Amino acid sequence: MSDRIPTREEQDGDGEVRYRMLYESEDKVYIRHIRGIYTRIRKYTGLPLLLAFFFIPWLNIDGHQAVHFDLPARKFHILWTTFGPQDGFLLAWLLIIAAFALFAITTWLGRVWCGFTCPQTVWTLMFIWAERVCEGDRAKRMKLDQAPWSVEKLLRKGGTHTIWLLISLATALAFVGYFYGIRDLVVDLATFSAHPQGVFWVGLFTFATYMNAGFMREQVCKYMCPYARFQSVMYDKDTLAVYYDTRRGEARGPRKKGTDYKAEGMGDCIDCYWCVQVCPVDIDIRDGMQYECINCGLCVDACNSVMDKMEYPRGLIRFTSEDELETGKTQFARPRLFGYAAVLLLMIGLLAFQVVDRSPVQAEVLRDRGTQMYRLSRGMVQNVYRVKITNMDQRPHEFEVQIEGKEGYDYSLRMQRGVRFAPGEIYSIPIRVSVPREQLKEAKHDIDIVIRAKDAPELEDRHRTVFIGPK
Amino acid sequence: MSTGWSIWVIVLTLTNLALVTWVLFANRKVAVDDQEDPENRTTGHVYDGIEEYDNPLPKWWFLLFILTLVFSAAYLVIYPGMGNFKGIAGWTSVGALKADQAKAQAEFKDTFGQYVDQPIEKIAESREALKMGARIFANNCSVCHGADGGGNYGFPNLTDNDWLYGGTPEKILETLHEGRKGLMPPQGPVIGEEGVKNATEYVLSLNGLEHDAAMAAEGKEVFGTVCMACHGVDGKGNQSLGAPNLTDNIWLYGSSREEIQHTIRGGRSNEMPSQKDKLREDKIRLVAAYVYSLSRQEEVQQ
Repeated sequence: MSDRIPTREEQDGDGEVRYRMLYESEDKVYIRHIRGIYTRIRKYTGLPLLLAFFFIPWLNIDGHQAVHFDLPARKFHILWTTFGPQDGFLLAWLLIIAAFALFAITTWLGRVWCGFTCPQTVWTLMFIWAERVCEGDRAKRMKLDQAPWSVEKLLRKGGTHTIWLLISLATALAFVGYFYGIRDLVVDLATFSAHPQGVFWVGLFTFATYMNAGFMREQVCKYMCPYARFQSVMYDKDTLAVYYDTRRGEARGPRKKGTDYKAEGMGDCIDCYWCVQVCPVDIDIRDGMQYECINCGLCVDACNSVMDKMEYPRGLIRFTSEDELETGKTQFARPRLFGYAAVLLLMIGLLAFQVVDRSPVQAEVLRDRGTQMYRLSRGMVQNVYRVKITNMDQRPHEFEVQIEGKEGYDYSLRMQRGVRFAPGEIYSIPIRVSVPREQLKEAKHDIDIVIRAKDAPELEDRHRTVFIGPK
Repeated sequence: MSTGWSIWVIVLTLTNLALVTWVLFANRKVAVDDQEDPENRTTGHVYDGIEEYDNPLPKWWFLLFILTLVFSAAYLVIYPGMGNFKGIAGWTSVGALKADQAKAQAEFKDTFGQYVDQPIEKIAESREALKMGARIFANNCSVCHGADGGGNYGFPNLTDNDWLYGGTPEKILETLHEGRKGLMPPQGPVIGEEGVKNATEYVLSLNGLEHDAAMAAEGKEVFGTVCMACHGVDGKGNQSLGAPNLTDNIWLYGSSREEIQHTIRGGRSNEMPSQKDKLREDKIRLVAAYVYSLSRQEEVQQ
């Protein structure tokens, strides 16, 4: 590697060196509108998710918003349960499960997440719908962009951007509503009494949505999205992805409908470029699989509609696999997929168990680090513990602490009493457990510290710890 | 730092910034090869016969780079970053801390402040106030006095209703505010080794602990001449001096013969640090109420 990297500088006629920039402005992608089965699938998967995103905050459950991430109070209300910061490991599990679900689905169906449910794609397509409504389809939009400014152009462009901004604002409101409380947010904004931070975030997310779905679009998938970087390692030869059937399609070329093109050595592809014109990431699928492809199926819909017009069989461009193109069969059952599925099911089961099994009261017992192992005072051996109680119930509670130790020992307990735990509160009570010295037979023995809600005895948590005394 | 170092830092920082800028701009284009196939553009780099394909990055990527450079330059102007130059915003970490503290004080003014006018006994009746007091105690006091306030060797027990300086709310507040300096002067040189041993036996006898009666009788004499000045005729102590009660079998430095001898012979000195500057008045009142409540907690048989 010690060699200098040879770079060539070619001189042209007048002795000037010509350069090429390594950074270039991206060309704007104009998408042709197309209808078809995959477009319909996207509509019926995306719509419920969109509706859920926008309307879940408006539902109330048990007197709070159905999903409310209350950051200042550090309480995360999700449907019927309330999580606290101490449940972070559940969130970690959830994210791991989401990651594995993504791996499994990618192995099986390629980048369908990207093509059908990723917000980046869904919002981009929403914005393109707004463009089509105001400016017309692909050719018209290109013409309009080329045209000089006029009243009509101003109105059409203005309409597009108005719709964009409205969608962005609605998105930002819904998103911030998950944290701020949507009802409060709307009322506060309308009455100009919202917290400045709330206003800032609404503004930021409006701007970000507008920029992302309006201008960045496919560049997010190409240059920013980390998932796009490593999805290729999850593909195998049986992964379903959008392929152009080269054997059937080549040699491509224009022809009249009904001519015997095969006699002229032509394939089924009529080189109409529709598959390129509908592509949201601006690639030609006929060049083979490319990392930009998000498996959205738009080119499949486009090609099928052309094939129908030509009265050729469908599926020149289709969801298929490398294996099928070569051998005619896709091997669905494969160890990698079963492995992902098994791990996924196991983790979902564990997480569900964890969530269902959560006790609304959690206690931790720590031996006090500020004192010696035991204290001798007036014939008593004293041990000091800190009992950290977390009330994760929706109601306030008072807790009583009980010591269950060995038979025949007279335990006595001294602690701060009458502590009222608000919902979600964490508080640490020091307790002192004493045993008469003459009773104590061993240097250490186990005791159970039981924490029980006074008004609801079924809420309890117990901890085994050690009582230490002199030999 | 000295001017020399300051210049050194400034030069390094600016050189780095300039170099990064130069690297960015020097690498934003490549020379074009005339024989180059326009469909198959490479950067002209060839490694072991493998050519690097040129897939140009988007323009905004480049602009983001420039934005970071502008940010750095602006940062170095506004904030301290170049040697001794303080930055035009006058920001300092100490100032930021002070501002945060002021903000926190303002924020907690209502929480803690509502108790400032109440007497300690009344604060001790409020569960919420005791909870706050307990938290402050756990953070500031429990290192010495134990989580339960039960004390440690050399640190008084705050739960046994036995007070060196008095357990009235006023006295507790005074202790917290001003701190205490406890001093038992060394008596070895004064009463001699014999005196130390005898006095020890007498102190043991005061507490009903096992002792040598003959020595204790001798010790009583010693006590009457030297010790009673502080600990009182009957050994019950004196709260205005912080002299402990020697008859109640509560020990700061242990009750074994050796420990008591050590105390009398070499003396003891002890300090409770003042909390006046560390905790503010409103917090001190809450802690005082909590300490006041500690000796009133009930012991419950299980």
